[in-house]
Amino acid sequence: MSFVRRLTAGAPRRALWMLAALLALLLVAPPLLSKYWLSVLILVLYFAFVGQAWNIMMGFAGQLSLGHALYAGLGGYIAAGLFFHYGVGPWAGLFAGVAAAVLAGSIVGYLGFRFSLAGVYFALLTIAFSEFTRVAFDHWDWAGGSGGLFLKVERDLSDPLNLRGGPLLFYYVILALAAGTFILCRALLESRLGRYWLAIREDAEAAQAVGVPVLRCKMYAVMISAALTALAGVWNAFYYNNLFPEAAFAMGRSIEVTLAPIIGGLGTLFGPIIGAVVLTGLGEIFTDLGELVHIAGIKQIFYGVALLAIVMYRPAGVWPWLARKLGVTEKRS
Amino acid sequence: MTSDFVLSLVQAITKGLLTGMVYGLMALGLSVIFGVMRVVNFAHGELMVVGMYLTWVGFEFLQVSPIASLPLIAAIFFCIGYALQSSLITPFINRPEHQQFLLLLAIAILLVNLCQAIAGPEAHGVQLESQFDSYQLGPLVLDAVRLHAALAAIAIAALLWAFFTFTRIGKSIRAAADNHMGALVVGLDVRRLYAFTFGVGAACVGAAGALMITIIPVSPFLAVEYTLLAFVIVIVGGLGSMTGALLGGLLIGVSEAVAGLLLQPSAKSMFSFGLLILVLLLRPQGLMGRRST
Repeated sequence: MSFVRRLTAGAPRRALWMLAALLALLLVAPPLLSKYWLSVLILVLYFAFVGQAWNIMMGFAGQLSLGHALYAGLGGYIAAGLFFHYGVGPWAGLFAGVAAAVLAGSIVGYLGFRFSLAGVYFALLTIAFSEFTRVAFDHWDWAGGSGGLFLKVERDLSDPLNLRGGPLLFYYVILALAAGTFILCRALLESRLGRYWLAIREDAEAAQAVGVPVLRCKMYAVMISAALTALAGVWNAFYYNNLFPEAAFAMGRSIEVTLAPIIGGLGTLFGPIIGAVVLTGLGEIFTDLGELVHIAGIKQIFYGVALLAIVMYRPAGVWPWLARKLGVTEKRS
Repeated sequence: MTSDFVLSLVQAITKGLLTGMVYGLMALGLSVIFGVMRVVNFAHGELMVVGMYLTWVGFEFLQVSPIASLPLIAAIFFCIGYALQSSLITPFINRPEHQQFLLLLAIAILLVNLCQAIAGPEAHGVQLESQFDSYQLGPLVLDAVRLHAALAAIAIAALLWAFFTFTRIGKSIRAAADNHMGALVVGLDVRRLYAFTFGVGAACVGAAGALMITIIPVSPFLAVEYTLLAFVIVIVGGLGSMTGALLGGLLIGVSEAVAGLLLQPSAKSMFSFGLLILVLLLRPQGLMGRRST
């Protein structure tokens, strides 16, 4: 139990009870939910999961990546391609997908950090790699080219070993991923590596001066973040059963990943989760509103206004403010 | 056979050079804004698309030719840029990069979707009378539309250079860019200068939009592509360098045209992004940029 005690040390008792209640609710609720609400909840968990993955790199280690679609796309494409061409199940295929994403992340990270690109320049490098890969996949026949890669949809088939089945299966898989990553993030933050990351985020030069292995720590951040994002990509590919380079590697996909943690609160544990709830909730409300007025793009206009309001009035994110309201202020890490 | 190939290559290069001038003007706007305020305008392509839409509206409903409406478009964009900077962006000048990014992303989403809500998702083009005219230059054929657009872009870039070199306010902006604290000390109104700078940058991209609509039809989906393109050009040329932005525009214009000729046209952006990666790694200050200290 010492592991559990270490993870929960310093957290307010009230917060732990709330967390336990939330997890219990998420475990038992799905069979009671309608199809629509289940799909919304799945979206929330998906964005919470990728948000946490991205947050490791930006929120913890302070490296702005706007090219995370690269890792999700590689993970998804490789696992789906292996399944499609050779019948290799995703539980095996994900290792190849994750390996490819970690390799890509190491290349992007190593080049960026070694040539000391920081801030916007590093972000542009990540965009460039992601876009480069998008165009490459457009012309790669094995991956279906620009016409896309489609997995067979068998509605009634339940084959969890090949990640084939109904929404409930995908729900529990993404719940496990999101919850596992939450615990992983907490453990990372409490570890030596996590402390190093925070030091690098606050002042990389000072960290270097006191002996933090800056390059190595940054590399770990990219690799862990890329690996988790690749898992999200695999899940995404098998949930939606189709992959297009224009969507999988799109700039929009990379941006989408960043929104939940930024809106929720960068560098916090709960930020990406709260951000995912806010984002998905707003998205669903605006879709409904958009159907009322029938104007192309109206949903995005609402969305833009909401983003503008959040960044102007809650620039540090929703979670730090909400935590104060709930009386569960996290140690700001 | 080979002489045919050489001719079509030269043809593609000239076409790329002409389009590249307009790209350069677009990138100039981004470069000016970044060079002075260190704010990365993630809504740049969206502004470009708004400029294209405005010009299209003027042509379609008021029968004003793009070249004639250009000064007005530039003036409107100056005001838009000035207002954007002084209302929304000023509070974010000293905030972390990711907050600026989110702010400009929200602005970008609003701009492009307002265009889509008003004009619809389909493409709109401008049919000029000079559409099919061309100038013969030896064996070379120059597109009249492209040539006019390129000449206009050069003229505007020259105006911009004169503005930054000779006018008092242009010099003050450069002073504020070089040394923010120093500018404050000698009593420059830096906030107003910043708003002015964003206005000038927006006017550039608005004018580029007015020229670009004569070359290709506008649709909302172009916006992200142009934002990325402007980044590529500016980084390749050197962020904050005016000649760099123009040169980068020419380089990307030519490389796109040549890649479109030699490879599949859809693979042309791979070339640009490859170039971006190389420049970022080997010469992050850009081809014409000075290494920052």
